[in-house]
Amino acid sequence: MIQVFAFYLFATLCILSGAVTILARNPVHSVLWLILAFFNAAGLMVLVGAEFIAMLLVIVYVGAVAVLFLFVVMMLDIDFAELRAGFVKNFPLGIALAVVLFVELFVGLVVHGAGGIALGTPDGSAAPLANVSNIEAIGALLYSRYLFLFEAAGIVLLVAMIGAIVLTHRQRGGTRGQNVSKQNARRPQDATINMQPESGKGVVL
Amino acid sequence: MTDFFMGLGLSYDWAWGLSTIAGILLIALPLMLGVAMIIYADRKIWAAMALRRGPNVVGPLGLLQSFADGLKVFLQETIIPTAANKGLFLIAPIITFTVALMAWAVIPFNSGAVLADVNVGLLYVLAISSLGVYGVVIAGWSSNSKYPFFSAMRASAQMISYEVSIGFILICVVLWSGSFNLNDIVKAQQSHVWIINGFVANPLLFPMWVMFLISGMAETARAPFDLTEAESELVAGYQTEYSSMAFALYWLGEYANVLLMCALNAVLFWGGYLPPLDWAPLYLIPGFVWLLLKILFFFFIFSWVKATVPRYRYDQLMRLGWKIFLPVSLLFVVLVSGYLMATGHFA
Repeated sequence: MIQVFAFYLFATLCILSGAVTILARNPVHSVLWLILAFFNAAGLMVLVGAEFIAMLLVIVYVGAVAVLFLFVVMMLDIDFAELRAGFVKNFPLGIALAVVLFVELFVGLVVHGAGGIALGTPDGSAAPLANVSNIEAIGALLYSRYLFLFEAAGIVLLVAMIGAIVLTHRQRGGTRGQNVSKQNARRPQDATINMQPESGKGVVL
Repeated sequence: MTDFFMGLGLSYDWAWGLSTIAGILLIALPLMLGVAMIIYADRKIWAAMALRRGPNVVGPLGLLQSFADGLKVFLQETIIPTAANKGLFLIAPIITFTVALMAWAVIPFNSGAVLADVNVGLLYVLAISSLGVYGVVIAGWSSNSKYPFFSAMRASAQMISYEVSIGFILICVVLWSGSFNLNDIVKAQQSHVWIINGFVANPLLFPMWVMFLISGMAETARAPFDLTEAESELVAGYQTEYSSMAFALYWLGEYANVLLMCALNAVLFWGGYLPPLDWAPLYLIPGFVWLLLKILFFFFIFSWVKATVPRYRYDQLMRLGWKIFLPVSLLFVVLVSGYLMATGHFA
């Protein structure tokens, strides 16, 4: 009973907040609705017993990705007239994309209704793991069966990260950075001299 | 507790619902009282270190000061700036406060005495603590004012930076205890080194605890990392435009977060509800007393640091997070997992 109630609550809120994400005029509101959609998706995953994926969804998407989205969007100078002009210009493209997505979804549903693809493996079974928690099961699969795919995904992310740093890193001349070890190595006698000149003599610097 | 309600003749669904609500109240109400008292303690410690008296007028020894403050802000008018985004402006403090309370669901107060005994307890804590930034960011943006906005940008960068190293530190703890469940993590610390309960006695994990303590201060934006509300630069940061109860919710949420960090220090590294030594007479004292004592000890450290350490500059904060904590914590993940593999811990 409570499960059914929770499912419909999460599902309805997920779809609604997804729709409002697109419909909201203000980009900041859009991001916040998107976060609500993520959250409800995480709730749905908890309901089907995938609590590890749910937590990862919240940590990665809500805790990191959406914060960066918000960070960028907050600094936008929003001009609604310009937004609407763009809307008219990009309308055909948007419609085309929507049609493609809808057809794909429809095909997927039809295939699912026809029984779907059997996820068999060349060497036989997918090695079902009984009596272990989700985390252990995912770990066991990731680091044995899917080790190379997992490593490849890691390399792709590494390349993307290095690429982003290379593209945005600029060496600016004329700035003076702080060298902490140099600062710590500096002693008072390196910087100051105590002098007691006689009157009328002065100091040679 | 479900059994108790079922004993009263209720069906399982109702008993479960009632016991959950009772559990929430049992945690949230003492927590609120504790937050009020800890604000008083913070001010007293801070004052003592500055050779002042601190609050000493309201009630005996000034004990009722926090309640007087609470009544004061409750009676004040809520002012919403005309240029503010009203809905978000009011939601932001509620988010901060709610999130500060939510994470307490998985903290074990005694063996098995935990509201939600979930497998992914530690990940839940990470997920919830990463939500804390939204209260600050939304407040900064919706206030439509310069200083809160600066504060929001600082907060989002700061919290993301320190979450990374906190994640790696927690991985070391998880590797050693073999579980994400906080109750199991506490149990794994029983007589960890000789008769000492707690990972902190372990030479490989002690540096991790020191880093966790410092990262915790940065994550909760406590001094010396309170750049989000640096009064010398940003007035009051994201709280600048807030008044009345909305302001009070930030205060309560902030201190509930600090208490949570202290509780996490105790649970992850200092043996949680276990006594410091694995010695039978010490177990006569109930577990939640030990946990409370540890939380208070860590809160004293937090206050001590606040009273004595000058505020970091922003570039220093980023340097500490990315150039020192991140590589060192990564190194320790390798060291800890290597040591555990070599000694056959996972066999």
